[in-house]
Amino acid sequence: MNSLIEGNSHVSLCKSLTLVASVLFLSVVFSLPVVFGSQSLSNEVCLSCHSVPGLENERRGKKISLTVDPQRFSQSVHALLPCTVCHSDISQVPHAADLKPVQCAQCHGQAAADYQTSVHGSAQLNGDRDAATCSDCHGKHDIMKAAHPESKVYPLQLPYTCGACHGDPALAKKHNIPVANAYKLYMDSIHGRALEKSGLLVAANCTSCHGSHRILPQANPQSTVNRRSVPETCGKCHAGVLKIFENSVHGKGFAAKKPEAPVCIDCHTAHEIKRIDLDVWKLEIVRECGTCHAQSLRTYRDSFHGQVTALGFTRVARCSDCHGSHDVLPKADPRSSVNANRIVATCQRCHPLANANFAKYDPHADPADHARNPVLYFTARFMTGLLFGVFVFFGLHTALWAARPLIASVRKRFTSGRRGEGEKNG
Amino acid sequence: MADYYFRFSLGQRFQHGLLVLSFLGLVGTGMPLRYNQAGWAIWLSHTLGGFGVMGFFHRTFAILLTLCFLAHLGEVAHRFLLRRERGVFWGPDSLVPQPNDWREFWQHVKWFLSLGPRPAFGRFTYWEKFDYWAVFWGMGIIGCSGYVLWFHNFFSRLLPGWIFNVALVLHGEEALLAMGFIFTIHFFNSHLRPEKFPMDLVIFTGRVSEEEFRQERPLEYERRRREGLLDALKTDAPPRWMKNFSRIIGTIAVSIGILLFVLIIYSLLTEKWSPVGKPTTLSSTPAGRNPEQEPPAKAGDRVEGSG
Repeated sequence: MNSLIEGNSHVSLCKSLTLVASVLFLSVVFSLPVVFGSQSLSNEVCLSCHSVPGLENERRGKKISLTVDPQRFSQSVHALLPCTVCHSDISQVPHAADLKPVQCAQCHGQAAADYQTSVHGSAQLNGDRDAATCSDCHGKHDIMKAAHPESKVYPLQLPYTCGACHGDPALAKKHNIPVANAYKLYMDSIHGRALEKSGLLVAANCTSCHGSHRILPQANPQSTVNRRSVPETCGKCHAGVLKIFENSVHGKGFAAKKPEAPVCIDCHTAHEIKRIDLDVWKLEIVRECGTCHAQSLRTYRDSFHGQVTALGFTRVARCSDCHGSHDVLPKADPRSSVNANRIVATCQRCHPLANANFAKYDPHADPADHARNPVLYFTARFMTGLLFGVFVFFGLHTALWAARPLIASVRKRFTSGRRGEGEKNG
Repeated sequence: MADYYFRFSLGQRFQHGLLVLSFLGLVGTGMPLRYNQAGWAIWLSHTLGGFGVMGFFHRTFAILLTLCFLAHLGEVAHRFLLRRERGVFWGPDSLVPQPNDWREFWQHVKWFLSLGPRPAFGRFTYWEKFDYWAVFWGMGIIGCSGYVLWFHNFFSRLLPGWIFNVALVLHGEEALLAMGFIFTIHFFNSHLRPEKFPMDLVIFTGRVSEEEFRQERPLEYERRRREGLLDALKTDAPPRWMKNFSRIIGTIAVSIGILLFVLIIYSLLTEKWSPVGKPTTLSSTPAGRNPEQEPPAKAGDRVEGSG
């Protein structure tokens, strides 16, 4: 059979170098039984027992199925391998009840080395049996090529595979994972929806940001999702946005390693990234800006724009409408949309009749700030005083009026009591 | 059957009705914007059909109230200029504050404290005059600032842009003052006080009984009797339909007013603790928000299916 395939390959050698490579690979594979000294066992022999449904064994208190679906196995990427390549401690049947764990590393050296350094691998080393192993993500006897639509790590399948663990808040709590249900958040995000509803292969899935075998904890500086790496990770797909971001005040701050400078996930979040044309995003991002720019949000809420968005309507100006989003620049920068030389044009985007006078409106006026706008300050002071004065005066007036019958009766008792005392004394 | 006398003309009652309608409309469509953090404000603004609809009705009621105000000014001008009623601006029939108002106020307070008899009032008491001038002042402030904000493009050609900052503060604060005053002080002084509880129907029916007239406003009664003007005001008792109609309208208006007042006071008290609004959804973990604050049950059911 070996020579037959080789013969075939000679025919198509000129066409495809990859075929040669695969032939060489298969040659090695078929010589493996010789290497491992288990020539005598063919897969048919193994399957004569293991194709029986319902075979079970117990290991570390967990029931594990011993049944192999011959159909699935024959379609798997390892279909041509003898069982004993992976289950290398079997040389004859019947074999021992307890077998050594399968060592994927013997073929997949690089992947295994990466896995060892990953958060999953190091957890396994530390004895955490919940941490994902090769088979948890790739399957066992039914492993498909990653590009095969039925593979557990095919882009459209991957979130369900990761979600098997990362959709379980109890598990997250047990292992101190900061995001309790990353799966749920992701599936509701623009990436998750693009993947699930539209079947977009280019939509970011778990591995796009976290990597696959070498997933590192977010706090690790080498992690792709470490704060310092986030712009670069997102920029792998969002290259244009990254370029704009790098020129913005936030991007410059990030480059200068200012701790308060936001990165992509601070505004967009990590897992529940929303479509930016949804109202819920448009309203939420205003509050998001306010987590750092608290004073600006407070004064914005005092303005008509801020009041309308607070009620849940999005037709009026939000932070990004005046300041920009990825390209936000300080007011002093001549390229800034709120710079004195561009502010009228910015207002005109919604108010076509706006002029220089119009732009003197202060969208972030603070009635408590005397220096910023003294007229506003004194107006607010006067009105507060007027309100206070009127309500105190008429509040008392009303209270006395309402209490008059009570006052009258108390007074009556008081005066009659005194008169009574006087009579007694007299 | 007891004699009844006219206190308010049909035109005056109509003006008050228009004032009630437009004022409630303006408060209802304006206050949600100011107390935008409150659940009721969000609910009301969406129920009414969005801020565009709210703005439309706010401006409609504003025009209505402006017309009402202009009609009143017209009436005063007509009485003063054409009918030569000098008493409009001074004297016992005038709403202009006069020395005896201070005296009556002082006597009234003493009466509250059982330190003297109830003062004899004339056609308009001092608190009624205050009500009137408060509305007058409020119309000026809220009206002017409102029109400046409405026609911002026009006014930005005449005035610097920060005038809109000032106008918005004036508009909102004066609205709060007017709303608070009408829905508490005016409601109490005119309707809910012990002598009138639950409601004084005179502003709706226009009529007072002779007994009420003599008791409430002895000065005016005596003066009219002396001058022989009493019979000109004489009328029938208000018919039952008019009284019932007045009660219904009055109860609805007072209830809406008190409800709005309670909601706004509630917002004012809760607003203090969260000036920025709802707590943001950003959690302390940089990797993402606190999922506990996520709206529940959106895509979560997939977890079981895929596991």
